[in-house]
Amino acid sequence: MNWKNALGLLLIALIVIGGTNCLAAKTQRINLLNVSYDPTREFYQEFNVAFVKYWKEKTGINVTIRQSHGGSGAQARSVIDGLEADVVTLALAYDIDAISSRSGLIVKGWQKKLSHNSAPYFSTIVFLVRKGNPKSIKDWNDLTKPRVSVITPNPKTSGGARWNYLAAWCYALKQYGNSETKAREFVTALFKNVPVLDSGARGSTMTFVQKGIGDVLIAWENEAFLAINQLGKDKFEIVVPSWSIMAEPPVAIVDKVVDKHGTRKVAEAYLKHLYSEEGQTIAAKHYYRPRMESVARKFAYQFPKVNLFTIDNVFGGWQKSQKIHFDDGGIFDQIYNPGNY
Amino acid sequence: MADWFKGSSAESKIRQEPPAVRVGLILIALIYTGLFLVIPLVIVFSEALAKGIGNYMAAITNPETLAAIRLTILTVAIVLPLNLAFGLAAAWAIAKFNFPGKNLLVTLIDLPFTISPVVVGLIYVTVFGLQGLLGPWLAAHNLKIIFAVPGIVLVTIFVTFPLVARELIPLMQVTGVEEEEAAIVLGASGWQTFRMVTLPNIKWGILYGIILCCTRAMGEFGAVSVVSGHIRGLTDTMPLQIEILYNEYNFTAAFAVASLLALTALITLAVKTFMERKIRRKLELAVGVESERK
Repeated sequence: MNWKNALGLLLIALIVIGGTNCLAAKTQRINLLNVSYDPTREFYQEFNVAFVKYWKEKTGINVTIRQSHGGSGAQARSVIDGLEADVVTLALAYDIDAISSRSGLIVKGWQKKLSHNSAPYFSTIVFLVRKGNPKSIKDWNDLTKPRVSVITPNPKTSGGARWNYLAAWCYALKQYGNSETKAREFVTALFKNVPVLDSGARGSTMTFVQKGIGDVLIAWENEAFLAINQLGKDKFEIVVPSWSIMAEPPVAIVDKVVDKHGTRKVAEAYLKHLYSEEGQTIAAKHYYRPRMESVARKFAYQFPKVNLFTIDNVFGGWQKSQKIHFDDGGIFDQIYNPGNY
Repeated sequence: MADWFKGSSAESKIRQEPPAVRVGLILIALIYTGLFLVIPLVIVFSEALAKGIGNYMAAITNPETLAAIRLTILTVAIVLPLNLAFGLAAAWAIAKFNFPGKNLLVTLIDLPFTISPVVVGLIYVTVFGLQGLLGPWLAAHNLKIIFAVPGIVLVTIFVTFPLVARELIPLMQVTGVEEEEAAIVLGASGWQTFRMVTLPNIKWGILYGIILCCTRAMGEFGAVSVVSGHIRGLTDTMPLQIEILYNEYNFTAAFAVASLLALTALITLAVKTFMERKIRRKLELAVGVESERK
């Protein structure tokens, strides 16, 4: 019967294609998996090429670096659940702490292993508004006004969103003489203006720039610059608020995984290379603020001066702020209840 | 007014609706289909080709996209035979025999239809993840299920589980067991009966089930997204790759890959329409034979 032969041939063809696919995957060289958060896609794409070249020149070994991107909290969850990352480069220290405490894959005290709290670059939170700033948004207090629609991702899953939230909280504390009650009212009013919470920073950017929802996007500085460069300066502009937060996205080696894969040496070199002049320059090119003085001076023109809070000074570190604000039943859960509006 | 919507004279005696109602209904159906089906499809293809055929080809032959296409094909190649074997066995058992627990089996087969794919993914993470039931054992034996190809295959099997069986059960129930009984009485072995009597009766149903299973397996997003780990060039399937490209401002490439999926869907639709006609004829024939007997 003809149709049966045809069917058989089709199945065999599919299996052969699949089989060669498997073989191809097995005959590869040293692999390194970098599990990162959303807005670093373009940065690591360029940095990985540079590192592969550097490592080949230094050791003669070919290394293949694989990337995985998503909301920082969701990515941490995947690593906890067994995604075998050699290095994690996430949006905030708490997510790496979570991997360390919940799975034991990362040894405690990881943040002391590299300089600057293991954050090779830093960033801050700015506003992206539509060209001409039609709602004349200049500072955080403009985001709480009625009929201003604000886009920010979900602090439960996105690291960037947690920075956004805490930056708003800091501003309110400063504005209202350190009153926690006032700060809470302020942030509540702000989230009343948020029509949709995406799970990651990039999702929110797409909601704002591509779907055209919202008057202002609260975003990583680098994410805002990227949106402008990709879609044209004639469509959006960046507004820098009077105060913002010093956002430090840290990096770490996943100890148990690199020991299992035998990749500790290359993983360490990979993270150290982020601090090198080449790494810092690539970071600055992608609008992450560099740590190295010489590189910072070279790129000073593209980073506006902002007054920055640090999370340690205002909130006493990530563990504390996570517990108070973002854990289940925390302040964010109490103030964000879309059903009530 | 034109006669085209009136239908045959026999029908128009039965239908009492005034012409305006009929035109209205037809218009609503056409506008609705156009708005929600045709326009999005046209947009997918026009966006994909917006920057020329050269860009289209470049987008599709990008190494990561090719890897995604290969992984998708691999997944289908594993899922399809398994679901086919199961679907045949289950349909055979349900249509031709009575046994305790039959209703339970029928209900269970439908389960994947009612569970959200994201939940399916989370179930598998809970079972096979490092913190899950089998996770530590799997890790100790260096077996990777979640965030690797096996996990993607498993969740795809789950969501496409009922498709072949659901297609075959009614067909086999209608054709009944008389032909098989006759074959066995005439001395055919079990395998001969299956190959020469049962299979020819259900071949179009099988093909239809295969097509449904294929398209669903290729297009599954939610469940696969949860267990994929999103490792570029390794565990991203076509739908996940589309999301990645879109999120990287690579709209043309995203729509190019989307157009590939849409194209397979369109081809499937054409084949499906053809087959439905075949199956209907088969069913009518079977029903006709049955009523003649009575």
